[in-house]
Formats: sequence, structure tokens, C-alpha cells
Amino acid sequence: MTATILTGAPRRVAITGSGTINPLGSDVASTLASMREGRCGIGPLDIRDVDRLSIQIGGQIHGYDEAAHFDRQQLALYDRFTQYAMLSARQAMAQSGLVIDEALALKSGVILGTAGGGIGTSDENYRAVYEEGKNRVHPFVVPKLMNNAAASHLSMAFNLQGPSFSVATACASSNHAMGLAFQMIRSGMTQVMLTGGSEAMLCFGGIKAWEGLRVMSRDACRPFSANRNGMVQGEGAAVFVFEDYEHAKARGAEILAEVVGFAMTSDAADIVMPSVQGAQRAISGALADAGLAPEDVGYINAHGTGTAANDKSESAAVAQTFGTHAEHLMISSTKSMHGHLIGGTGAVELLACIMALRDGVIAPTIGYEAADPDCPLDVVPNVAREVKVTAVLSNAFAFGGMNAVIALRSV
Amino acid sequence: MDIKDRVIKIIAEQAVLEPSDVKMEHSLADLGIDSLGLVESIFSIEEAFDISVPFNANGPSEGDFDISSVASIVAAVEKLLKDQA
Repeated sequence: MTATILTGAPRRVAITGSGTINPLGSDVASTLASMREGRCGIGPLDIRDVDRLSIQIGGQIHGYDEAAHFDRQQLALYDRFTQYAMLSARQAMAQSGLVIDEALALKSGVILGTAGGGIGTSDENYRAVYEEGKNRVHPFVVPKLMNNAAASHLSMAFNLQGPSFSVATACASSNHAMGLAFQMIRSGMTQVMLTGGSEAMLCFGGIKAWEGLRVMSRDACRPFSANRNGMVQGEGAAVFVFEDYEHAKARGAEILAEVVGFAMTSDAADIVMPSVQGAQRAISGALADAGLAPEDVGYINAHGTGTAANDKSESAAVAQTFGTHAEHLMISSTKSMHGHLIGGTGAVELLACIMALRDGVIAPTIGYEAADPDCPLDVVPNVAREVKVTAVLSNAFAFGGMNAVIALRSV
Repeated sequence: MDIKDRVIKIIAEQAVLEPSDVKMEHSLADLGIDSLGLVESIFSIEEAFDISVPFNANGPSEGDFDISSVASIVAAVEKLLKDQA
């Protein structure tokens, strides 16, 4: 006799809130305005010991005053990556209009991506004990630097008592986090998830480590351009409210977009070099999960790091997945404007996807100077475009060969 | 040990070969050194000679540091040592 597993029908998943702080703006409106204008948020780094770095540019958040947002007790516990996540979450919750009562609290959680977690806290305290010879550090170093600190503080701030954790898959962390949040709501496990990602790696040690790999550009991030010469790091966060669609509808919430598909794959090949096949399987997997045909997709927010290897491999994966439709869809990399936010990047890039669906504005790939025959796609060079699209994808392909692609649809 | 022998020793160690097996006309690919191995070799050269090697993995054929063969790497290191002396 076959066992019958009774499950509810899959739930639809709505996005009902969004928030961000990143090099392009300290909220969603200013970030999207910058993306429309094709403004570059990358510039000279202003950090301690920058003169000892060979890479001296980044997508840094300038003019940031932590004391304007948090009190002394919070700052003792909030690394910069937690602060960025919290500021983003406050905006997202406010926009959603959600009231978390005791029953809903049990069905709500937080999944955030980060790669470096509290790396700034590690950097400062290593400096204190190794360079300055101190034998004592602040008692909160561990709870401040741990990768799950941001997710924990969000759960506490908004009383979300269901599943909460952090995801670390390097450059795909945010997409993995949001994909898991989507799956939890779709399965009926939860009703509301705060999800996205945060990164604050622009400290001496955080950049010095990246320098070593020799993949960084010293002047600009130019994804898909023949003269691209590497990636540029950025910092910041974006956080979204993912919510059971019927729940959102019943309370009359404004639905920004619907999350309709997610797929993740592993290259199982190389620790840094991307594989076309792994990326291709993730893209086609997301389409299948969403029930979308290739020609339904009007826009892809590319992983588009601006490295020789990624952009070539990603272009091939898109061409293979979409066939002749690859010539008709638009694909842009907003990393050209905000830099690579590593574990937070997919979350900020989802904002460009929502803008495409809601406003019909496709964010450009800026810094595009010369066509590369290995990247023969419409990368929306330099200038934003007004085109109505109804389904979009967001790609993320991490070091370690871990790929995560999300599909959104307009409502 | 002269510069050439020291560079060959570094490359041989990366390739897990005896220095005598590394010939000047070999490319790194001939020796089984991939992109990560290349970056590690350059790091070892910088540490061994206390020099800074201008190398970007996104455009290895561009720039002054020619990595097309063991001989070209030795020549590039000799030039850097002279320039950075």
C-alpha cells in the first residue's frame, strides 16, 4: 500500500515591502532613481589604511552616520552589516503595513544572506590584539560578528518567532536566502518572511583578501564590455517582506511583485571558475519551477560581475537556455553602478527586477564601452530603457560553483 | 641560486614537479598549472623577491608581465627586479 502524504496546495508568494541602503541611495526610491539615471555609486574608498591597498575604489556608502539611526546599546551589538540590514528591514516593514500579532509571529521568520557577516568587527578587533598589542576586547565581539547576528536582530526587532537563519554562499547568499524564504511560504510552513541580504566588507582586511585573487578592477566595473577588467566591491543591504499572497490580498496590502520560481544548482567543478552548464541548469530550473516559457521573460538581472570569466560564461548560459529568444530579452548588470555587494548583492539587484515589473524601467549596464563577441546579448548599455515586461529573472553564481536564480512576475 | 633557478623552483613546486623537469619553453598550461595555480605562483614570486607583480587575471595577456612561458616569466621577474630596485 502506498502512503499518501497530505499537503496543502502550493501557496502563492507576494512581495509586500522593500527597503535598502546601498551606494546608490539610502532607500528604495533614491536607489531606483539612481538606476534610472545610470548613476555610478563607485568611487575612491575612504577607509583606514587605504594607501596600503592596491585596490582603492569601491561602492561605498558615504555620509553614513550610525548614531543617527541607532542608540549606544544597539551600536555595541550591531556590526555595520547588521545596521544595514536593520535599516532596510524597517523600511520594508513600514511599506508592508504588516501588524505582527502573536498568531502571525509564530508563522513568520527571517532568512538573510551574508558572506562576510561582521567582518568589520573581526578586522577592528584583530587589529587591537595583534597590531596594538591589546590583551582585551569588548565583551560583545562574538555576538556582533556572527553571521546570523543580522537575522537575529531582525527577528527580535519585529517579533518574528518562526524559522530564522543566515545563509552564506558567497555571491549567491541573498538569492539562496530569498529562494528559501519563498519556498517556506509556498509550502505553507510560514506566512511572512523578512528576507534579503547584507554585506559590509569594505574594511582593510576585507579588501586586502580580495586583492589577492587578482580579479579586481582598479578603475571601474564594466560588465559585458570587451575592455572589462574585473569586479569592484560594494556594501549595503536590501530586505523584502515576502508574504502569503492570499494573506496579503485579504488585508488589502499593495503587492509589489509575485515570486514565482526558484532553482539552485552546484557546478561540482571548480572553486572559482564558473561553469556554463551549472548556470544554465539554474536558469532553466527557475523557469520550470515558475511555469514560465523562455519567451515570457523580458528581463534578466545578470550576475554580471565584470570579470572576464563570469560574463562570458553567463552569456553562454543565457544563450543556451533561451535559444533565439536570447536575442530579444534584455539583460543588465547593475553591479556597474553599485558594485558587487557579495552576500547582499542579489537583494539589491532584486530592486531592479521589481522596477522593471512595476515601472517598466530597465536599469542599464553602465560603463559599457566596447562590444564583446563572447557576450552578444542586449545588455541595455549605459542608458535605462522603458519597456513593459511581465516576467523577470535574477541570476547569482557564486564562488564555489553555487548558483541560485529567482523568477518574479508582475501582478 | 640565480633568478632563473629561483623562479623555476617556484613554478616546479606549484606544478608538483622536479625543477629539472621544468623547461624554459614550457607554458604554465604545459605544466598543468591552472588559473588558481598561476595566481598562487605570482604570489610566491612576489614573496620570494619582495616585488609587486602587476597582474590582473581578467586580462592575463595584457600588461607588462608576460606569462606565456617559463622563459617569459623569468624575463619579466628580472625586469621587475631591475625596475623596482
